[in-house]
Amino acid sequence: MAKEEFPLKKVCLICAKGTIEDVYATLVMGNGAVMEGIETKIFFTFFGLDAITKKQMNSLHTGTVGNPAMRMPGGLPFPSILGMLPGVEAGVSAMMKNQMEALDIPPVTEFLEMIEAGGGEIYACKLAMDMFKLKKEDLWEGVKDVLTVGDFYEKCGGLQTQIIFT
Amino acid sequence: MAQKIFAGISVDVNDEGYMTDRSQWTKDIAKEIAKEEGIELTDKHYTLLDYLRERQAKGESLTIRSVGTSGIIDIKGFYQLFPGAPMKKAAKIAGIPKPASCV
Repeated sequence: MAKEEFPLKKVCLICAKGTIEDVYATLVMGNGAVMEGIETKIFFTFFGLDAITKKQMNSLHTGTVGNPAMRMPGGLPFPSILGMLPGVEAGVSAMMKNQMEALDIPPVTEFLEMIEAGGGEIYACKLAMDMFKLKKEDLWEGVKDVLTVGDFYEKCGGLQTQIIFT
Repeated sequence: MAQKIFAGISVDVNDEGYMTDRSQWTKDIAKEIAKEEGIELTDKHYTLLDYLRERQAKGESLTIRSVGTSGIIDIKGFYQLFPGAPMKKAAKIAGIPKPASCV
């Protein structure tokens, strides 16, 4: 029983995209790990930084163009051309957020606070911050540190540890 | 169905140790399950266990967020009361099924 002998001790998640679904995949997995008592570290980089940038974090969108898995309510295919119309992306994103709220999935800030309350750690990528001209004060207060890739790897060492790129 | 003796009473449990008949639950049983989990129950624990049992009885899903908004305790405090895996441990001690929610 591998499960008994080698339970996960640490999970390091990397989020590089800023759509609702990419960010929430990271947050759900991160919070889930914390709730299992697994040491959890989350590294936000590139567009994933939106999830921890004060200005953007609670107004994330889901892309309505070029997403073949997108469906209309009721299951009919969602024509990409519709997704290009003004307001459609915002409307779809609002719908996604309502659906999540109904399942008790919190807004981004609250979700991050929950992860932090359980001892999870949130980090930002230095290189991406430089690229996007972001400063530490632009980030959510709970961000523990701004790290280089090397710094992050140093924190990801140890047996029974997984690095997950969502 | 597996049986386990807690506080001198035989209770039904599943293979993960969760009680399968909530009506068998007593505070003394909770105390013994908690001991197995390395937790000494306080009044605060019991208040929370009652809250979880109540919600579960109503068929509401148990999420860590709902505990945080219960007014009994904040999420940080919840992690301190049930260190490690709070939702699972609390459910086990409360004599209710393992939470089926991912949040």
